[in-house]
Amino acid sequence: MSRILATAASEFRIALRNRWVAIATALMVLFSLVLAATGAAPTGDVGVDPLSVTVVSLTSLAVYLVPLLALLMSFDAIAGEVERGTLPLLLTYPVSRLQILLGKLLAHLAILTLALVLGYGAAGVMAFITDPASITALPSLWRLIWTSVLLGAAFLGLGYTLSSLSRRPSGAAGLAMGLWLLFVVLYDLGLLAMVVTDGGGALTTHVLPVALLANPADAFRLFNLSAAHAVAEAGGIGGAAHAIALWKSAASLVLWPVAALFLAWAAFRKVTP
Amino acid sequence: MTSTLKISRLTKRYDSVEALREVSLTLEPGMRMALLGHNGAGKSTMMKIILGLIPFDGGEVSVCGGAPGSAASRAQVAYLPENAAFHPALTGEEQIRHYLALRGESTAQAGELLERVGLGHAARRRIGTYSKGMRQRVGLAQTLIGRPRLLVLDEPTSGLDPVSRRDFYALLDGLAAEGASILLSSHALTEVEARTDRILILSRGRLVASGTLPSLRQEAALPVTLLVTPAEGRAKALAAALPGATATADGRLRLDCPQADKLAVLARIVTALGPQMADLDVIPPSLEDIYTNFSHRDGS
Ligand SMILES: Nc1ncnc2c1ncn2[C@@H]1O[C@H](COP(=O)(O)OP(=O)(O)OP(=O)(O)O)[C@@H](O)[C@H]1O
Ligand SMILES: [Mg+2]
Repeated sequence: MSRILATAASEFRIALRNRWVAIATALMVLFSLVLAATGAAPTGDVGVDPLSVTVVSLTSLAVYLVPLLALLMSFDAIAGEVERGTLPLLLTYPVSRLQILLGKLLAHLAILTLALVLGYGAAGVMAFITDPASITALPSLWRLIWTSVLLGAAFLGLGYTLSSLSRRPSGAAGLAMGLWLLFVVLYDLGLLAMVVTDGGGALTTHVLPVALLANPADAFRLFNLSAAHAVAEAGGIGGAAHAIALWKSAASLVLWPVAALFLAWAAFRKVTP
Repeated sequence: MTSTLKISRLTKRYDSVEALREVSLTLEPGMRMALLGHNGAGKSTMMKIILGLIPFDGGEVSVCGGAPGSAASRAQVAYLPENAAFHPALTGEEQIRHYLALRGESTAQAGELLERVGLGHAARRRIGTYSKGMRQRVGLAQTLIGRPRLLVLDEPTSGLDPVSRRDFYALLDGLAAEGASILLSSHALTEVEARTDRILILSRGRLVASGTLPSLRQEAALPVTLLVTPAEGRAKALAAALPGATATADGRLRLDCPQADKLAVLARIVTALGPQMADLDVIPPSLEDIYTNFSHRDGS
């Protein structure tokens, strides 16, 4: 455990010096405040507090931004060590490869959590100032934070996997962007195309729910939207959330980080310095 | 007492290159062993195998009684890679603290370790601002963590200035005296000559010589050189009396004789020509000569 913490402390310090902490936090705060500002504008909706509206828009934002930040932080993790030539020495130390990965994960998760708490927190404060009744929506903000952390953990693990597989930072960066496009953009487009051509047939009722749960970004969206009873507002694919139990999307969100870490470990074990 | 390192018939192939072929060696506690060889001879490859960083194809390697790279052996072995690299954003002190923590040692020793390699003044600066020799010293400092039983040092003095080299070998002497085994590679033959107990010469992956310097000298059977300085005005007479000698640029006479005949030749010269000489130097073959001899034996 102390070896994991030592690795995490070193990684955190490096991220601080490389301004990663500042960049991630600034991005989250900026986007959250923009969304909070639009959410706070009078919408004509009666009985919906500004924070609930903001949480729904923050969810849509997080689906794109959290995986992106996670991949940007993680693609260099192994490939960078290989390129700098620091990996051979590190691997002669009495520390296992899993411990090294866990240390990096811990540091990157801490940075991500910091950025998320500050970003969402800023949006929450803004909503509260606009309408103190927002306080009732606090649980949904809290839910958004911890699910975002899990979503980030999944993509951090996937990032480490790509980093181990490519062994060159430039290659890993390319793979990471490809992965982001695939999971966050193309996957949903594919599902949308499927739903449209199927017209409510067997594919929509049987394959779609499974496909949505299989993608951590979709599971994240499902969980937050259905938990917030905001399905109607989201429409489209979100409508499928009716059919899927809350525990299933929660399970997907919890299992994905574990699976991604396992993948990363398997890939890292194959790296010869 | 068991050997710290035991390698027998080690063979390693890269796709087309045979990097190591049937290499055997034993390293006892307190022994300082130098690994010599041309570029690409297989020195770094052998060290990486000892550390368990790369797999090998044949033979046996036992490091501190365990398999190379096993948790038990990693806890007892320190390594200095060929081009020691560190994260440029960390300071020397932070980097050493990290390594101390990974070895389960108190991080408070970092300052003292950096002091020992002469980096105390720069401990709080980022490694990105260090010179090559300063980075090399960070690498040396991390090998001193936690009393390792075996130190594997790949070209440890590359990039160090002459005074630091001396300090470095003094440091090694101290470690060896405490019972640590040291395996180091080097291209600087003169320093290795004076500061190690055993010498190993690799040539194209094969071990062409191993032993102490005197035993290698004997095995190589290279001639000893006698340098004769003539007394005032006796240069001509002396040259005539020593027909096999060649004149050097500074007016001395140079005579090569086989190792076995050295004493006889010396006795003859001193008794017969004593008064005509101002001085006489006996120069044994240097490690450089011996190294060249062994490296060329296999026809390369
Ligand atoms: N990863 C690799 N893939 C293929 N061949 C390699 C690899 N690493 C080393 N070699 C080859 O193995 C041989 C031995 O290399 P090694 O690095 O051990 O030499 P060395 O004795 O350390 O040389 P130097 O004095 O230049 O450091 C060389 O022919 C080299 O080209
Ligand atoms: Mg080498």
